[in-house]
Amino acid sequence: MTHAYTPGLRIAERTKVTSHRTLPLLGDVIVKKGATLQAEDVVARTHLPGKVHAINAVNRLGTQPKDLKEYMLKKEGDAVQKDEIIAETRPLIKMLKSVLLSPITGTIETISTVTGQILLREPPKPIQVVAYIDGTVIEIMEKEGVIMDTTATFIQGIFGVGGESVGELAIAVNKPDDTLTTEHIKPAYKDKIIVGGAFVQHDVIDMAKKAGVLGIITGGFDDEDLKKLLGYDLGVAITGSEEIGITLIITEGFGKIQMAQRTFELLKSRTGAKTSINGATQIRAGVVRPEVIIPFIENISEEKIDKPIERGMEVGDMVRVIRVPHFGKIGRVKTLPFAPQKIETEATVRILEIEFPDGSSAVVPRTNVEMLET
Amino acid sequence: MNVIIATDCGSTTTKAILIEKKDGVYRQTFRGESPTTVEAPFEDVTRGVLNAFAEVEELSGRKILDGEKIITPAQGNIGVDIYVSTSSAGGGLQMMVAGAVKAMTAESAQRAALGAGAIVMDVIASNDQRLPHEKIDRIRHLRPDMILLSGGTDGGTITHVVELAEYISAANPKPRLGMTFQLPVIFAGNKDAREKIKEILDKKTSLHITDNIRPTLERENLFPARQEIQKLFLEHVMAQAPGYKKLMSWTGAPIMPTPGAVGLIMQTIARKNNINVVGVDIGGATTDVFSVYGEIFNRTVSANLGMSYSISNVLAEAGIENILRWVPFDINESDLRNRIKNKMIRPTTIPQTLEELKIEQAISREALRLSFEQHKSLAVGLKGVQRERDISEAFKQEITGETLVDMLKLDLLVGSGGVLSHAPRRSQAMLMMVDTFLPEGITRIAVDSIFMMPHLGVLSTVNEQAATEVFEKDCLIHLGTCISVVKGSIGKAGEKCISYKITMPDGKRIEESLPYGELCTFPLDIDRHADIEIQPAKNFDFGAGKGKPVKAKISGGVIGIVIDTRGRPITLAKDKASRVEQLKLWGKAINAYPE
Repeated sequence: MTHAYTPGLRIAERTKVTSHRTLPLLGDVIVKKGATLQAEDVVARTHLPGKVHAINAVNRLGTQPKDLKEYMLKKEGDAVQKDEIIAETRPLIKMLKSVLLSPITGTIETISTVTGQILLREPPKPIQVVAYIDGTVIEIMEKEGVIMDTTATFIQGIFGVGGESVGELAIAVNKPDDTLTTEHIKPAYKDKIIVGGAFVQHDVIDMAKKAGVLGIITGGFDDEDLKKLLGYDLGVAITGSEEIGITLIITEGFGKIQMAQRTFELLKSRTGAKTSINGATQIRAGVVRPEVIIPFIENISEEKIDKPIERGMEVGDMVRVIRVPHFGKIGRVKTLPFAPQKIETEATVRILEIEFPDGSSAVVPRTNVEMLET
Repeated sequence: MNVIIATDCGSTTTKAILIEKKDGVYRQTFRGESPTTVEAPFEDVTRGVLNAFAEVEELSGRKILDGEKIITPAQGNIGVDIYVSTSSAGGGLQMMVAGAVKAMTAESAQRAALGAGAIVMDVIASNDQRLPHEKIDRIRHLRPDMILLSGGTDGGTITHVVELAEYISAANPKPRLGMTFQLPVIFAGNKDAREKIKEILDKKTSLHITDNIRPTLERENLFPARQEIQKLFLEHVMAQAPGYKKLMSWTGAPIMPTPGAVGLIMQTIARKNNINVVGVDIGGATTDVFSVYGEIFNRTVSANLGMSYSISNVLAEAGIENILRWVPFDINESDLRNRIKNKMIRPTTIPQTLEELKIEQAISREALRLSFEQHKSLAVGLKGVQRERDISEAFKQEITGETLVDMLKLDLLVGSGGVLSHAPRRSQAMLMMVDTFLPEGITRIAVDSIFMMPHLGVLSTVNEQAATEVFEKDCLIHLGTCISVVKGSIGKAGEKCISYKITMPDGKRIEESLPYGELCTFPLDIDRHADIEIQPAKNFDFGAGKGKPVKAKISGGVIGIVIDTRGRPITLAKDKASRVEQLKLWGKAINAYPE
């Protein structure tokens, strides 16, 4: 049987979603397996090592690095208080004595007899990880964190910027081909995640930030506006850690592109639900795509849960075209011819024929479509 | 060994070829390809390999897989005798550099990293005004693929560089891919600090020590550090991808990094024909350039210049103007930027319309140009050349330098990689290579037929006969010979530039002339030769000096003879309408696109 494989973004009405919630360093997990949690609940805590302060001890004491340890009153690992004397010289004339005070409260990390530096570390800073999604703890990773599980509406975006955010979902436009404008931004959207249609511009994002909007989900966005938002031309797609005050997820691509009807309808059907989003994107080996997770409060039976597609493409499957000239259109696979065919560029490639809902059809290279879950 | 299956797992596409021995000769018979599966839901490079195998199975009728197991040995139309592979699935290189003084060693370190093809995420210096904890936080959060640490002249102070090492140690950075590996750190600073650096970093990182990049204040020696960066990138970063360990268990020979395998092929071409060769393999995440001049082989990997994952970085590095100058129609800047980003976010797609193809080929010209510039700056003699900087230059930090790559001495230019091997017309590949490598004098040009050089490179390590036979019969496609003006030859459009007499193999004689700023072609088949007598106009040089005649025997190819009087560098019109007209004329002259 002729088949084809294609990567695809997940768009599922009801699916199992798991999320690994791990600490940056080993610490304590404070929840138990099986616990039902809210997105805001803390699941694990640790202490990040405190900030390091360096003192050029030999300059201050007027000694040689190799002799530094002779003058130290404290050794590596000792606790010190701010302004406590940690080293002093012992000259014959007491007036010439030099002392070195600790600039911080913390511990002595390193005494270097090469550089003559003393590195001091502030007390550890507490850090905690929250559940991020409403759901259940299904696994405890000792000292590291937990795996959360939930049944949710799950939509993968194609590109995003900004990190994790949790808020109520609101639909700001009427149709998936609407442009999100400044008129759509209302005070009521404070602390919410809003859904636009086909396009959003930089000034609208700015206004949304001022209104306290946590995140925007939209079909398309201009690269010129991305440059303005980030302050630089994004070369390699590694995002998520930028501090831009809002999370932006685009579902279709760059430019003005209608959000897929199914994506828009799904989001609309979940208006008012608590939603977790993350714009982090890494497009390279170990790809990361942005995500929209809208958990269900009620229990969903197993048979109602969508299963991810893990097979090749077949006639009848729903697909979305992901490159011009039919960019963004959704249709069903009509035929999957075996033999490669010549396309407009004169390249001979494997193709498929798609039938669109209006009855028209088009020939598209197989690599230019992605499969959709139905 | 009668049946061989080979793959190259690129960052974007996994390409499989089937080689079969028929009538005593090895031939490449079928090929299949599939998107490389480093993205969910699969996140396992072997899935893409199985998909590519499945395509070969369908097309060839040979059963290769039993479920997910490769059937060996081959019996009749079932199974293969060996599976070999190359990989560059890991993609680009992102580094941090550290140096004692921001305007001196730290800048040298940055130049070393940039010159080696890396993206520099941050430059840390003892005097960069940041507090130590800020530097440590930065190292920890950026998760670079590699760190280059420098500082101090040889015999000078070691304080600052040891201090920087202490910060790196405190940050205890982890590599992005492959948590089981230690982060590679290269120390290229004061040689007297080496022992101390080892004490601090040897246990926490994979420490590699190389010559000081700034042995004295006046002398900059970037070459060894760049070589080390490239070597470590090849060994530890590039080939890595989810599922790599599983792939290793499938192959009958060690997996080679793609540039390693293509490099073997380039060296073989140069050695067998006793010629100077420049080669390029342009991929999705990286572009690799190779040069063989006499006994000297150089290989560079531009880790963030490519046609899919790195396409947006080509825009960031080249600038929109430089890309627009190669687009043979009017397009607005915003539209072009969006199209580039759309390719970046959906890297496995291909152009379906002619317009899209022309845009990709315009971008590829800049990726090729930038990669070649990088290669020229790195390609030096066997032991490396240490450049002297006088005191004033040391403070100005200007870059100059001699390269080993002399285009006038080049015999053969070879192109490989998707955008060149799969260009729908071979003339497009020829024009892209001429536009970006700017050959001078008389140069033969060839392409890898369907992109199989990596496969043959790794195959040559286990079966040289098979690799050689397939290479000669199925891989290298000669496009023809390019006759061009020499660097610095600039004139005015329409000015008298060259007259030539060509005697074709059938005795037919062509006597014509071509003014400055044009391109023309004459068909001359593969394996046929013609004699040419060139008479340049008095201000133009075609290899023998201004106005001096050149006589040569030239070889044919799929395109034939190309005469290029467009200047070196190529003179493009300044206004958009005239430039578009120029590009259309040149495209038409070489029959690059359908009318």
